[in-house]
Amino acid sequence: MVSAPESPAESLFDKLWNSHLVQAQTDATPAIIYIDLHLVHEVTSPQGFDLLREKGIAVRRPQRTLATLDHSTPTLPAGDDGQRPYITAQARRQVQTLRDNCHEFGIELHDWDSPSRGIVHVMGPELGATQPGMTIVCGDSHTSTHGAFGALAFGIGTTEVGHVLAKQCLLQNKPKSMRVNVEGKLAEDVTAKDLALNIINYLGMNGGTGFVIEYAGEAVRGLDMESRMTLCNLTIEAGARAGMIAPDHKTIDYLRGRAKVPQGDAFDQAAEDWLQLASDPEAVFDSEITLDAADMRPTITYGTDPGMSVAIGEPVPLATNATQEKALQYMGFEGGQAMSERKVDVVFVGSCTNGRISDLRAATEVLRGRRVADHVRMLVVPGSENIRKQAESEGLHETILAAGAEWRLPGCSMCIAMNGDLVPPGKTAVSTSNRNFEGRQGKGSRTLLASPETAAASAVMGHVAGVADLETAQEVA
Amino acid sequence: MRAFTKLTGQVLVLEQENIDTDQIIPARFLTATDFDGIGEHLFADWRLDASDEPVPGHRLNQSGARQSPILVGGHNFGCGSSREHAPHALLGFGFRVVISSQIADIFRSNSQNVGLLPVVLEADQHASLLQMDGEEITVDLEDCEVTVRASDGTEQRWPFSIDPFARHCLLRGLDRFDFLEQAEDAIAAYEEHR
Repeated sequence: MVSAPESPAESLFDKLWNSHLVQAQTDATPAIIYIDLHLVHEVTSPQGFDLLREKGIAVRRPQRTLATLDHSTPTLPAGDDGQRPYITAQARRQVQTLRDNCHEFGIELHDWDSPSRGIVHVMGPELGATQPGMTIVCGDSHTSTHGAFGALAFGIGTTEVGHVLAKQCLLQNKPKSMRVNVEGKLAEDVTAKDLALNIINYLGMNGGTGFVIEYAGEAVRGLDMESRMTLCNLTIEAGARAGMIAPDHKTIDYLRGRAKVPQGDAFDQAAEDWLQLASDPEAVFDSEITLDAADMRPTITYGTDPGMSVAIGEPVPLATNATQEKALQYMGFEGGQAMSERKVDVVFVGSCTNGRISDLRAATEVLRGRRVADHVRMLVVPGSENIRKQAESEGLHETILAAGAEWRLPGCSMCIAMNGDLVPPGKTAVSTSNRNFEGRQGKGSRTLLASPETAAASAVMGHVAGVADLETAQEVA
Repeated sequence: MRAFTKLTGQVLVLEQENIDTDQIIPARFLTATDFDGIGEHLFADWRLDASDEPVPGHRLNQSGARQSPILVGGHNFGCGSSREHAPHALLGFGFRVVISSQIADIFRSNSQNVGLLPVVLEADQHASLLQMDGEEITVDLEDCEVTVRASDGTEQRWPFSIDPFARHCLLRGLDRFDFLEQAEDAIAAYEEHR
């Protein structure tokens, strides 16, 4: 009797890659992969649409394309004249250009009047447009967020935005694979943001370059979906274009009933397929690392790349090379200095990293019954209209406002600081966003990345602090 | 896309590691709907002071900077955001080649798509180049080779590898989109049978 040839073990990434191959890679040419969902926003799409006009072609699959306004949009409401306070006429035109393009090419746009408008990586999952097993791209590096659902999701450039609009396909060489296992349980006060900052610190900001990362292990399985999105979102900060987590019952529960998922029996059938996507036990990775969740503490960055971080309470590390020296100089830190000495000027809670409802609840819980220090400006920006409504129905905005913080309209806001929400030169921000590069939050801004809990605690204390410091301070008082 | 075959020109060195795309083109310049004139904002926060005047002595403000077609950047060049504005700004300023010992994934593919040649060299070769600010070197995409002249006049040739399809398109100035167009039958078949 001849036994059937065994099919080789596949990872989650292999399964996603192979099932989307339109044309295989050769020695001379890249693979062509099919894209299931193309997310579009105003900043990186205009020249992509121009390609279509130049060539006189339509968007190939408008129903696989979903657009929103998020980057250039003001977070303050329209004035008495009904005009939204765009930072420049050019920003207003950019938004109008997306509106015109979506109208011309028949694309669903979540404009100001949509109850679902939000940051592109917040809105996709909320609508159930993001689904396991999909390939998802967007002209935005934090597209890795959607990998939390067991999708292959990554950022592309504007030329490629044009390619996907026109052909629903991308030219790609298959990246290498890495599995990051996080064993054990995270302590109660350690969030997904802290976990991600620890992983980036371990890999370095370029340790993932050339790889797609799968996150696995007990600590990862233990994360809820919003935390998984935070973790996958930050994958690009280690240099890897995509991060992913195998779908499980949490994935299914999150998606059931959302607007764009199959409904009824069709959903159960889809869910069954989604659960088959997990990496085979014998799957092989080009690289594999294992970290211990028990080693991780609430964490904050001190430098100018997301890999430069320490546990809250630890001093600023001593610089050991020119890059670290330059970073400390830019940040105005001395090696060995206590982080808590740093006065905080601005606190930002929001972004595609930490702008979801659980993030706002966590920050609000810290603010409850407390006040933001007088010298601190705190901005809380929900990731989407749905989150804004949910937060307001829970009364979170009242607590936020009562504490002396600002409650804004959804958008990318101070994370990328291109809409006028920015950190002044030389000022220090504790921010729940994703990049602490020089000038990222405004020319000369100094950014410390942390969780919503740490950000809120720092806002109250007026200097770099964790939630535990807040409790200690209260006992002393 | 403009073809790239072989180029001899001056090197401009920015030795800092991890030069991210927010440095290359700060976000406030991303609201335009075309890439025209974006080279004027290249490294704006490094080159220009608070009143948008050139920072005296900055390498990018020195005479000859805009006539230097080869940028040698520190390790891990182009990390961060996916903005294609970054390679467009470099091209607009006058660069045709970026050399480093590591180049970030999205920046590399964006560069290849818009006609900026990304070259990754070995660490020791890269370290030598970092010391060659203002000197003339040759970058040959036909032979995949960087040629430098040592102080004693001898030539050193350093081979580099590049994705063969990217090389093919850059050498001929081909738009990668044409390859997708030629695959129409395969795409249609995939859509029908998936």
